[in-house]
Amino acid sequence: MSTLVLLLITGVGLGALYFLVASGLSLIYGLMGVLNFAHGAFLTLGAFVSWEMSRRIGEGTWLTFIITLVIGAAVGGAFAALTEFALIRPLYNRHIEQVLVTVGLSLAAVAIFEGVWGTDPQYTKGPEWFTRTTDVLGAQVPNDRFVTIIVAALVLLGVVLFLKKTRYGMIIRAGVENRSMVTALGIDVRKAFTLVFTIGGAAAGLGGVLASHYFGYVSPALGGSLLIFAFIVTVIGGLGSLAGAAIASVVVGVLQQITNFYWGVGDFVVIVLLAVVLLTKPTGLMGKTA
Amino acid sequence: MSPEPTNTLPSEESTGERNGTSAVTAVDQVARRVRVQPARRAKGPRSKLVAWTLGLAGMLLMAALPLLNISIPGILPTPTYQPGSLQLLAMCMLMAAAALSYHLLIGVAGLLSFGHALYFGAGSYGLAIILNTLGLPLLPAMGLTLVVALVLSTLTGMVALRVTGIPFAMVTLAFAQAGSVLVRRNPGGATGGEEGVSPDTAGIPEFLVGVANTRNLYWLSLLTLLIVIAVVSWVQSSRAGHVAAAVRENELRVRVLGLQPYWAKLLIFVVAGVLAAAVGMVFVLLQSGTVPRQVSADFTITLLVMVVLGGVGSKWGAVIGGVLYTLLDQRLSAFANSSAVESLPAILHVPLSEPLFILGALFVLVVLFMPGGLTGAVRRLRERFSANAATKRN
Repeated sequence: MSTLVLLLITGVGLGALYFLVASGLSLIYGLMGVLNFAHGAFLTLGAFVSWEMSRRIGEGTWLTFIITLVIGAAVGGAFAALTEFALIRPLYNRHIEQVLVTVGLSLAAVAIFEGVWGTDPQYTKGPEWFTRTTDVLGAQVPNDRFVTIIVAALVLLGVVLFLKKTRYGMIIRAGVENRSMVTALGIDVRKAFTLVFTIGGAAAGLGGVLASHYFGYVSPALGGSLLIFAFIVTVIGGLGSLAGAAIASVVVGVLQQITNFYWGVGDFVVIVLLAVVLLTKPTGLMGKTA
Repeated sequence: MSPEPTNTLPSEESTGERNGTSAVTAVDQVARRVRVQPARRAKGPRSKLVAWTLGLAGMLLMAALPLLNISIPGILPTPTYQPGSLQLLAMCMLMAAAALSYHLLIGVAGLLSFGHALYFGAGSYGLAIILNTLGLPLLPAMGLTLVVALVLSTLTGMVALRVTGIPFAMVTLAFAQAGSVLVRRNPGGATGGEEGVSPDTAGIPEFLVGVANTRNLYWLSLLTLLIVIAVVSWVQSSRAGHVAAAVRENELRVRVLGLQPYWAKLLIFVVAGVLAAAVGMVFVLLQSGTVPRQVSADFTITLLVMVVLGGVGSKWGAVIGGVLYTLLDQRLSAFANSSAVESLPAILHVPLSEPLFILGALFVLVVLFMPGGLTGAVRRLRERFSANAATKRN
């Protein structure tokens, strides 16, 4: 029982990381039709810059941790905004080329990270509380899992509020539904594009900082390995659906943890799940009917 | 669109139509007009003869290289008869063949697959594992590997082709990821985990083993490239190839004509997969081993970079891209370790010592500023030249 509780909470924590990456991917795809291969690079850069900062200002305190979260989000968001402005914008409405550009960017970015920080993992150190565990129904759960889950839940809440309550949120939602109509009404959707990229990049940057504590290290390959599962989560959840991404990330994270622990086949189960979802419902759990 | 827009990328049908009709702005129209290429001039019998003669001469030259002593400093590490250069050239040809098999997917059928490495890996790992565990001679082992690749690509293709466009890219990526995870896990000690696996030399004929026999492997690679070129040309000009190309341009119209896009796409997908596996088999012989990178998403991306560099939709573009990428990758690594780069300040030294950074940046620049890649640029130059000649004549 206690093992199952531990697996469930760890799985939700992993799902929270997937969600932080997948939410941006899903929004970007929903609004712009771009599959962003560089999303992993946003995450890795956020994680590395935060790691550098925390070494400068002293590791292991809550203040440092909170500052690194802010920095991670800011760096991820800035990198994403720059990407959108410099590389995606010149290629509007040419989706395949946009994908290719992000592929090239991710190649170049990972190579730069390797050049600057080396290929070996760099170990991170969070507040002392992270190394302790909390007793939940007899299970000893590492504390950093809770932080990951809470931050991801706050991001979900924040993005939902932004989408529902603000004018720009409304434009984004309308754009996901029918972009031509929004353009026809005289609204400049391109500002929303930059905004969505920035939000997605910031979420990915946050995810990078949290992932570096969850796994205990930062490496240039961190983003790429999370990105592939985030892709799977977005497809299972339904491209363009934020709620779908949230549900699918938790399902995938928990399923992966449990099957990995008992049978060591977590990664395959996720891919089988993807195949089953596509065969029964090609649009994903909550995707629009094509 | 012109009847044969050879160097345009697959149009945004699949994604653009999500919102009903996509917004056609003035900018959009201009972009389309720029991208549309005029139909290629019909080749007369004379230019066809010239092309064949040139091709034959090039082939003979390539075949004779191991017997000649040609040095190309800066590009080839050693004179052409020595193993160092032969190995590099053989690798160029194999990568060109692999890029060509990927061209069938993206260039002909407009399928953006991120899982093509799976089939290449099935060929390289499959052959090594079959040789190591079943103890078959080389030719039956190769046959069995191709059957495995055929089954694998058919099954995965049937699932992946249920979706189109970007979701298709993600599904193929997921399948390849499964293969990559499997290979790294080292099930039963068959794949050797991170270190990869080397085929048992007992089953391989002696003339294909060892550095001294690099020239035989070179000829085998040349033969592989020629076979892949022949098969790709044949498939491209077959009925199924035409249907697949039509699906790339407008799937709905193909359906209305009563043709079935699914089967044409599946056929192309399977042929591309089996060709990649065939190239993978020769790769494992040439390298006398294979590593997990050959099954990773990185390798698929490498193939994609090659095809885009050469020009999407152009058969020769894929070949040129494959050769150029392999040479660049090799020479840039040498360049990165050179003393000239070492002495630069860190801000220049770090990016320049990462070959993948230079290749990635080059790729981005080609996509942004050179639609149609190298072959597209050559075609534009030629058109400008002939247009100038025409105005002068008038």
